[in-house]
Amino acid sequence: MTVAGWLTIFLFAAILTVLAIPLGRYMAAVYTGERTILDPLFRTPERLLYKVMRVDPRREQDWKAYAKSLIIFSLAGWLLLYLILRTQTLWNFTGLNPQHFHSGTWNVTFNTTSSFLTNTNWQYYSGETTLSYFSQMAGLTVQNFLSAGIGIAVAVALIRGIIGRSGKSLGNFWFDLVRTVLWVLVPISFVVALALVWQGSIANFSHYLIAHTLAGGKQQIAMGPVASQEAIKLLGTNGGGFFNTNSAHPFENPTGFTNFVEMLTVLVIPAALVFMYGRMVGNRRQGYAIYATMMLMFLGAAAVAYIAEAHGSPAQHAAGLHTHVIAGATGGNLEGKEQRFGIAGSALFDVVTTVSSCGAVNSAIESFTGIGGAVPMANLSASEVIFGGVGTGLYSILLYVLLAVFIGGLMVGRTPEYLGKKIEGREIKLVALGLLITPLSALFSTALATASPAGRQSISAAAKGGPQGFSESFYAYLSQANNNGSAFAGYTGYVPGPHGGNLGAHGITFADLLGGFTMLFARYAPILFALAVAGALAGKKISPAGLGTMRTDNPTFVVLLIGVIVLVGALTFFPALLLGPIVQGLTPHLYA
Amino acid sequence: MRRDIVTSAIAIVLLTLLLGIAYPLLVTGVGQLAFPGNANGQKVYVHGRLVGSKIIGQNFAGNPRYFQSRPSATVPPNDAAATTFSNLGPNSVATEKEISANIAAYLKLNRPYDPSLSAATVPVDAANTSASGIDPQISVANARIQAHRVARLRGLSLAHVDALISQYTSGRGLGFSGEPGVNILELNLALDRIGRTA
Repeated sequence: MTVAGWLTIFLFAAILTVLAIPLGRYMAAVYTGERTILDPLFRTPERLLYKVMRVDPRREQDWKAYAKSLIIFSLAGWLLLYLILRTQTLWNFTGLNPQHFHSGTWNVTFNTTSSFLTNTNWQYYSGETTLSYFSQMAGLTVQNFLSAGIGIAVAVALIRGIIGRSGKSLGNFWFDLVRTVLWVLVPISFVVALALVWQGSIANFSHYLIAHTLAGGKQQIAMGPVASQEAIKLLGTNGGGFFNTNSAHPFENPTGFTNFVEMLTVLVIPAALVFMYGRMVGNRRQGYAIYATMMLMFLGAAAVAYIAEAHGSPAQHAAGLHTHVIAGATGGNLEGKEQRFGIAGSALFDVVTTVSSCGAVNSAIESFTGIGGAVPMANLSASEVIFGGVGTGLYSILLYVLLAVFIGGLMVGRTPEYLGKKIEGREIKLVALGLLITPLSALFSTALATASPAGRQSISAAAKGGPQGFSESFYAYLSQANNNGSAFAGYTGYVPGPHGGNLGAHGITFADLLGGFTMLFARYAPILFALAVAGALAGKKISPAGLGTMRTDNPTFVVLLIGVIVLVGALTFFPALLLGPIVQGLTPHLYA
Repeated sequence: MRRDIVTSAIAIVLLTLLLGIAYPLLVTGVGQLAFPGNANGQKVYVHGRLVGSKIIGQNFAGNPRYFQSRPSATVPPNDAAATTFSNLGPNSVATEKEISANIAAYLKLNRPYDPSLSAATVPVDAANTSASGIDPQISVANARIQAHRVARLRGLSLAHVDALISQYTSGRGLGFSGEPGVNILELNLALDRIGRTA
């Protein structure tokens, strides 16, 4: 471990907070319709969009109407994306398929489509060997924006439910979506994309290059409009790489500086939403309490991952490699890590993208040490409420807040209240269902996949027969159920053709479909429950806080909230974690 | 219901044009104008022939006069059109074998020129595969070890090669983010230029 490594972690936390506070203020203004600095730029396009879409943005929607618009719009997006990917060769006339890649098979495309729709970005395909620039742009980039927009819209709707005064309205879905895209996602993505190009990311539509290397060989180098997709991949906590090795690829993440910028880009909106929340409910301390909860858990995860990776792996030590820091070398477990990021830059990136629903990787998580690999699994087991995905993080932790209030209320023997609203049976039932859907889908799918021969064929050859094989399978469904998208990437649902591309390729139907349905179910069911909770809360009267009201903006509540999150996660996932990464972390034994 | 369907259909087409066509075109256009070299992949030409990209690692195996890249999991090594991780686990025999083989190859290549080298002093980046498979850098320690070999084979002084290493070493981002590394395509090109002028 190095001073620079620890500095990276703590400066990251500090700079993130400094950026998130003003962004939270700005976003609060965006959703309450107050004036913002970008109004002159986007007011006209906004009005035009509503007009062509035949939408009245002032029409109030109750939770059912809001949910209906959201679901039907998602369905339309799913159909168009599936169509674009399946008819990839039809779009060759645009000139945006210079490598003449064939279209994907139905099963892998089903998985990919569901994956990008749900903000998961789980990838069985490899970008640079199967997808045209047109598919990446008009297909995937679009859903990178829209899935992020939908997540944030749900969070805003839930906030409106919490602060609503005896009404039914949660706002208007189309207003929230269009505002998110225009006022938040597009401008920040544009700036980040250009910063990436300035550092070395590429942005072109060129043929792949053929270089004649110094040693006398040939090297083909993939090209493409990378920067534009890279920016929203991070900002929208999507995580689907343009290239197979994602943010490890020098064209996606060229320097130590971009690595830092990319990590900030991932967490800035999830962090800002918490401050926005405090503003919108009229009590900023509520936001601070949630922020403190998230930050404490985040720093804990980052420290454990860094220490574990700096220690090195049993395989390294068995091979006689010395893994302590020496002058001019990083030391530690550098298997599947890039020199320019080093141990701290890889461990922190991994934590950033697994506490959020981003799932981008700049190193191979499968090659992390046992404990280092247990950290992302633990993050996922906490259902991504430590910052979490854009929107999803906030609405999920608010469900945990309601649960904590309920448990706290039982402990002190009073009717639980949150921000003046009574939490009663109906709300708590919905909250419990909303929180249990994700773990349930993860465990159910893992069980199916590990107990059946059809599921086990996805396990990579090197991992068969040891705890690694279980870790791979468990991670796959834990990641897909949480809409994260990072992977123990040896696990596969796609067998490339003889020349590496889609020609002659086939999918592994079991893994493709199980994963696809897991992602869809674990995304939309919690959204519906969150909206239903919002609907139930919107109609409640706000009673003034009295002496006996349990406070939800002080350190005691932070401790209670962390306790509830850890308890629910641990009780649900501990047995599974024991079978995989913890076994690997505890033993120096090597498995064949 | 009907209203939502009509709106959704119009919205998805409209937003696809906006976010899937206009936005990438805008970023790519501005990128091409502002940073044309970077946007096109920092191509490196020698005598008018494309020899690679400055930030993409390439394979120098078989030519010990060049600094060697980190081990790569792609097939063939350093394939920049089909990148992949090794995905080898921390407790796997396969990982141990791969690392042992990499250490042995590194010692075989470098110990004749640097007798003090042993398995215990091999830097991790020389024995572990990179993430991208096309890591353009190696660690400074790794470069200093290989410098013995390259200096001898090229008839240069060790001090001269070490000076070149320092010249092509980039530091941490912002002074703290990431690790220093040596760009070996640039370093090898610089060595070739010396050869030509001598």
